[in-house]
Amino acid sequence: MIRVLPYLGVVVRIVRKDLAVEWRSRQLVASMLVFALLVILIFNFALELDARARSELSSGVLWATFAFAGTLGLNRSMSIEKNGQAIDGLLLAPVDRSAIYFGKMLGNMFFMLIVALLTLPAYGILYNVNLFNGGLLLVILLGAWGYSSIGTLLAAMAMQARSRELLLPVLLFPLLIPVLVSAVRASGYFLEGLEMVYIWPSLNLLLAYGVIIPTLGYMFFDFVVEE
Amino acid sequence: MVTNSVQPEPRLLRILNYVSAVLMMSAIWMMFFYAPSAQLEAGGETQRIFYFHVATGWVGMAVFIFAALAGIVYLARPHPTWDVLSVAAVELGLVYSFINIATGSIWARPVWNTWWTWDPRLVTATVMELTFLAYLLLRQSIEDPQRRARFGAIYAILGSLTVPLTYLSIRIWRTIHPVVIGSGDPSAQGTFDMVPQMLHTLLFSLLAFTIFGITLLWHRVRLGWLSERVEQVRMKAMRS
Repeated sequence: MIRVLPYLGVVVRIVRKDLAVEWRSRQLVASMLVFALLVILIFNFALELDARARSELSSGVLWATFAFAGTLGLNRSMSIEKNGQAIDGLLLAPVDRSAIYFGKMLGNMFFMLIVALLTLPAYGILYNVNLFNGGLLLVILLGAWGYSSIGTLLAAMAMQARSRELLLPVLLFPLLIPVLVSAVRASGYFLEGLEMVYIWPSLNLLLAYGVIIPTLGYMFFDFVVEE
Repeated sequence: MVTNSVQPEPRLLRILNYVSAVLMMSAIWMMFFYAPSAQLEAGGETQRIFYFHVATGWVGMAVFIFAALAGIVYLARPHPTWDVLSVAAVELGLVYSFINIATGSIWARPVWNTWWTWDPRLVTATVMELTFLAYLLLRQSIEDPQRRARFGAIYAILGSLTVPLTYLSIRIWRTIHPVVIGSGDPSAQGTFDMVPQMLHTLLFSLLAFTIFGITLLWHRVRLGWLSERVEQVRMKAMRS
């Protein structure tokens, strides 16, 4: 039986550790952000985002950007553990290992959210669309939760393979499709101001995914980090 | 340890070889000569590919689920047999699902007037195929056999989530893909009424492809044991 409060304490400590490491270098968020802006720039040339196309494509462009930028964060979050065998120290700690999973996952989610919050106003200014919409922010929150729950698990696996950085996107993107499809739809519908009747199916899929994957992660993380 | 000596082909497997050959040939005969051709909107003669399409699709999904189940058993009690079973099932599923997608595409050309369209069913089936291709890539890049088996099991379980999604996609989203069994979406294009001969042919090809699938799976598992054996012998040779 897991006692809840000490368990949460471990999770919070791991998140704080990752945030402290990032705060000292500020490398990860900076490169994710620059990368995200570059992807948006590339989409601008690739899709010729004129005023009409923009309003329809915004949610797709944004989510593609988050998905690509997110892999940088996942790779980094695991490579700092691999450097100097920091992960071995973590695993030696007398705590439930799934707490490490949730800690890393919340850390990854936090970085994604920061990048999203910085990208949104930039995108809004560059393309003259108003993205500050409560619904969109909710979808980004749920999407980042789903993304980092599957991403953290797969990154922990890819880290132990031969071609880690190469492997992660290949493992990640097929399993990410349900999140991306429902997030793109829900954000698009929120931006168009449709009624909730149309939005609920996508939100439900996001919610279901956000329950199933962390549960599987909780069950499997032990097997992933086992030596 | 693993079954160290690989036995000669068991009797049951040899019988299965012949049985599946006979079943497959009968199924093909039924597709062409027993089943009537469908109405023109469903592709007329082209509709005969439907029996291949549904049967391979069914076996493909079933073996992916089977791979995930073998993965669960492996995680509970790690024994190489379950890993060999799991990877054999995934490879078989990839081939069957690919035939499923390819035959669907051939049928869609005259009926939907295009080889490919971004319909939910087609997308989810492709995602399923890509997921299990990624599974093979994952296995390739891990050297330690136990870790490879463990990660393979986990990824097969995660990947099997795409199977119900593919199965249900024509039932929950608006789609142009026909739902022949159960009620279909009115926007589906190329639906047809199933006459009894068609149903017989469909059920018979399901049986034939399933038996053939089991036979192939068994052969693939034996191949898996052989390659385990090769790996062991190589390790022994390298140590001495």
